Amino acid sequence: MKQVIWELKEHRQIAKNTYLMRLSGDTSSLVNPGQFVEVSLPGFYLRRPFSVCDYDEFGATLIYKVLGQGTKAMTRYEKGMKLDVLCGLGNGFDLSKSGQKPLLVGGGAGVPPLYRLCKELTNMGRQATVVLGFNTKEEVFFEQEFLALGAEVIVCTMDGSKGVKGLVTDACAFENHSYFYACGPLPMLKALCSLAKIPGEVSLEERMGCGFGACMGCAVMTKTGPQRVCKEGPVFHKEALVW
Amino acid sequence: MVNTQVSLCGIRLKNPVMAASGTFGFGQEFARLYDINCLGSFSFKGTTLHKRDGNPTPRIAETPCGMLNAVGLQNPGVEKVIEEELPGIAKIFNAPVMANVSGFSVSDYVWVCELLDQCEQVGWLEVNVSCPNVHGGGMSFGTQASSAAEVTREVKKVCKKPVIIKLSPNVTDIVEIAKACEGAGADGLSLINTLLGMRLNLKTRKPLLPFVTGGLSGPAVFPVALRMVYQVYKAVKIPVIGMGGVSSAEDVIEMMLAGATAVQVGSANLVNPYACRDIVKDLPRAMAEYNITSLEQIIGGAH
Ligand SMILES: Cc1cc2nc3c(=O)[nH]c(=O)nc-3n(C[C@H](O)[C@H](O)[C@H](O)COP(=O)(O)OP(=O)(O)OC[C@H]3O[C@@H](n4cnc5c(N)ncnc54)[C@H](O)[C@@H]3O)c2cc1C
Ligand SMILES: Cc1cc2nc3c(=O)[nH]c(=O)nc-3n(C[C@H](O)[C@H](O)[C@H](O)COP(=O)(O)O)c2cc1C
Ligand code: FES
Repeated sequence: MKQVIWELKEHRQIAKNTYLMRLSGDTSSLVNPGQFVEVSLPGFYLRRPFSVCDYDEFGATLIYKVLGQGTKAMTRYEKGMKLDVLCGLGNGFDLSKSGQKPLLVGGGAGVPPLYRLCKELTNMGRQATVVLGFNTKEEVFFEQEFLALGAEVIVCTMDGSKGVKGLVTDACAFENHSYFYACGPLPMLKALCSLAKIPGEVSLEERMGCGFGACMGCAVMTKTGPQRVCKEGPVFHKEALVW
Repeated sequence: MVNTQVSLCGIRLKNPVMAASGTFGFGQEFARLYDINCLGSFSFKGTTLHKRDGNPTPRIAETPCGMLNAVGLQNPGVEKVIEEELPGIAKIFNAPVMANVSGFSVSDYVWVCELLDQCEQVGWLEVNVSCPNVHGGGMSFGTQASSAAEVTREVKKVCKKPVIIKLSPNVTDIVEIAKACEGAGADGLSLINTLLGMRLNLKTRKPLLPFVTGGLSGPAVFPVALRMVYQVYKAVKIPVIGMGGVSSAEDVIEMMLAGATAVQVGSANLVNPYACRDIVKDLPRAMAEYNITSLEQIIGGAH
């Protein structure tokens, strides 16, 4: 983990209530897809956790959905603004387990970390299938970006306004894959884990006090006792979780 | 040269800044970021007789200028703390550490304190009779003078090291409880623990924390903490450790003027992992600004 100052270089809406931020600055503490950052927002006491969507040696991309007061305030941030960021938090995904044809499943605000994951898997020569779930077509983002990586992309919407109608679980052909990666709302992750007969790992969200292991605010129960989403996670093996 | 040293129950500290229990773990996360030997000391995570998994999540909520927590004393239990965490602390911190203890019965407190008292690295026992985030223990001991005094008396019987009682602000008269603990033999007092609070989720119209209530901490509580330190200092002869919202070198000085011998920094560590180090570094500048040459000399200066 490293405390860094990132400068906002680009900020735009990419879907309904969904914004993309490109930030420049030190990314040396990022080593794995699925890691996250904690951004300090002026006027708010606690930092806000966001997954790293993509990064290179010069900066990183974050995608956020407007949910409450903090993310609402973020939409007003302008180019040139400097943000205080704790970078390189958590462990991220385990690339070594992917197999040749990994399945990536993302729901809403859980989609961003899968982009970097998909990029790295593709670079390793894996053929990824990406299932993206949203409520309606206005919320869909990054379909083209995943396609550009060379992945097979299946979009689902709850109301059927785009792609497959229904839940992501309806569109997952688990039998064609040997491993899955998922990030999204808890009910989606639970459903996935109970339906999937194949092994896999999920990235969890929890309210955080610190984001780096100091406060025990973010515990999740696992077979080996409570673990910290921010430190041992946010990615956990399906088999490790007790829910 | 300014002098930042203070003496707490006979133990010299290089400066009065300590990290508060529950916001610093067992030091490891912070030692990876900076040399924590710059601190006067730190109080490690509240330790109980048996391991505790803590409360259901969410355990954290934001408030204006602060936060609520309902962690519920998640810790590995005293045996593991002694076997695994203390040797870990020995690698990263050279000075005596403060052992924070919680319990659900007087005998719990006595048992855990007796075990930790025998550990060489432990300088003080900080007995938490004020945790608001557990049922049937913690705060229920600290909200009545008689039970706070009973815990103090029994723990004192088995400990050779200084016993500091950590008081709850969730009481009508903190001075009465402070005096009762002093009367029962306490060597010092820590105040304040968190203030009982709550938040609702407007979408579900239900409490945001499944535990319903949580402990309020952070800058929001600083004036309350300062007032209590001021009142207690006036009423007792034993040293007071002040905490609650401390986030800057100026806050440390203000707490000491109110009567604190040492000052703990809690929630600030969570939002700025370098908070303690930054405060320690900044102390000489703030001292010079307010014409202070020795911190020890300003303790209780506001009275
Ligand atoms: C590891 C991790 C990665 C995340 N990655 C992304 C991402 O890439 N894109 C994205 O849009 N969102 C992501 N989230 C969720 C994001 O952190 C919340 O949406 C955001 O904190 C909401 O802030 P707010 O001020 O708008 O909401 P408010 O409800 O006003 O916030 C109040 C407090 O609750 C916390 N909080 C509220 N909802 C959540 C939540 N779902 N998860 C964690 N904390 C919450 C806030 O951080 C804040 O401390 C991630 C969460 C975690 C834990
Ligand atoms: C997440 C969290 C966990 C805490 N855990 C403990 C604990 O285990 N034992 C204890 O005595 N106090 C605990 N506290 C209270 C703090 O040590 C401190 O008394 C209080 O937070 C006020 O200081 P602050 O405003 O600087 O945080 C905890 C506080 C927080 C925020
Ligand atoms: S958020 Fe503090 S330990 Fe995870």
